[in-house]
Amino acid sequence: MRVTRTMVCLLGLASAYGSAAMAQDAAALYQRATAATCANCHGTDGRTVAGSAIPALAGMPKAYMVSQMRAFRDGTRSATVMHQLAKGLTEQQIDLVADYFAAAKR
Amino acid sequence: MMKRRSFVGASLAVGGLATLAGCASTGGIPSRAKVVVVGGGYGGATAAKYVRMLSDYKIDVVMIEPNAAFVSCPISNLVLGGSKTMADITTAYDGLAGRHGVRVVKDTVSAIDSAKKTVTLAGGPSIGYDKLILSPGIDMMWGSIEGSQGAQAAGQVLQAWKAGPETLALRRQLEAMPDGGVYALTIPEAPYRCPPGPYERASQVASYFKKAKPRAKVLILDANPDVTSKGPLFKKFWADNYGGMLEYRPQHKAVAVDGASRTVKFEIQADVKADVLNVLPSMSAGAIAVQTGLANSNRRWCNVDYLTFESTAAKDVHVIGDSIQIAPAMPKSGHMANSHGKVVAAAVVAQLSGMAVNPAPLLTNTCYSFVNDKLVVHVASVHQYDSKDRTFKTVPGSGGVSPAPSELEGTFAWNWAQNIWADSLL
Repeated sequence: MRVTRTMVCLLGLASAYGSAAMAQDAAALYQRATAATCANCHGTDGRTVAGSAIPALAGMPKAYMVSQMRAFRDGTRSATVMHQLAKGLTEQQIDLVADYFAAAKR
Repeated sequence: MMKRRSFVGASLAVGGLATLAGCASTGGIPSRAKVVVVGGGYGGATAAKYVRMLSDYKIDVVMIEPNAAFVSCPISNLVLGGSKTMADITTAYDGLAGRHGVRVVKDTVSAIDSAKKTVTLAGGPSIGYDKLILSPGIDMMWGSIEGSQGAQAAGQVLQAWKAGPETLALRRQLEAMPDGGVYALTIPEAPYRCPPGPYERASQVASYFKKAKPRAKVLILDANPDVTSKGPLFKKFWADNYGGMLEYRPQHKAVAVDGASRTVKFEIQADVKADVLNVLPSMSAGAIAVQTGLANSNRRWCNVDYLTFESTAAKDVHVIGDSIQIAPAMPKSGHMANSHGKVVAAAVVAQLSGMAVNPAPLLTNTCYSFVNDKLVVHVASVHQYDSKDRTFKTVPGSGGVSPAPSELEGTFAWNWAQNIWADSLL
């Protein structure tokens, strides 16, 4: 079910040119749906409204996002809410959404 | 990883036409759509947008909603408190239509034929569907409190539990109330829409009174044995800030109101008379779900298969938001309805494309409550689908509440609102 960054980029290209071949891929769909659980606070596809104090995730480097999610989980980075939410995600889910947002256009 | 090219080809052919139709048609009522969404609140609007997005705009979506614009229940208590306006909590449906090609039909649904797969509009026409997503929110069970419907119709005793004109009407009642008057809020037994909502509302009214009517009183009359959500946080803030002004009385189950004298009667205790009476009856799934038998849990809430949110009563009818029979520890909240909207959108897109549905959907929830115009507390949770028990369960060790009210959370709460409105509607 893992989707590589290259694939997500291809997916973006594919949909940009109207080709559905990649876009209908089940793994890509699950990945988008999982990443969408972040969008309630961090904006659709990780793009927040202008001036948002809640950070945008689109274009965030994968290694940074994974390290921050781990820091929220183990308490080395304090937070108001994210330390409680980060503990609800598996390593695989964190990896999946970090891949997605790293590839998302800012 | 499997590639389903045969399905892809078929859906592209159909979807291409649908996309063209979606672009060409802004007015008029289509006779059918691949996906029909009923209700344009947090659940329905999100589902409509995400079916479009997750299908790469190949699946056409009609959304049926009677209101001209979305008015948010979250933050609406701040209109009562006076720190936000109706304009602040209102978002047009233009973004769904213009940016996402959702065809928004301003009407209500009067009937659903799940055998013929059609919905009938109150205005007359029927619309056929392949998948129906129903997000009708809640309706009041007027019979749970005798006299409540008449008192509401007469404008004497309001609920304002669906943000809109009643929110403003209740604000006007509070403004007109004399200093030294009493605002009383009755709360039904859980489950009801927005567990912390009544306590936030009482806090907002007290915050307003503290500035504008310092001799006025806030009286909370709760059918529940204790504050339903964020109890210790609310009670500490009330004691520290609204002592002598706000009184909380648990185990007060309202059974009748008299609108003319603004009196509420209880199952056990003595009557209470107030200057502004805000009575919340018990709530059920939206009327259309009850009328059509989709509310098959005690004729009140809709049982669903949580993996896809498909109704257990009708095939290809999916129900989301406040109207469902909740999984354990799942709140009836706007944030949760938005989360449902995405899970159902992904499931419907998968099914219409001949793919297996996501076997492990995930839901998150964050509910912020303003205890005055700046300070906020939250409750957060993460809900993972459990394939063995076929339900959502909170992830052990995750979630929690604020340690104390803070201005930082106030900033995040307002930004949360703006981002979730954009995520649902823009």
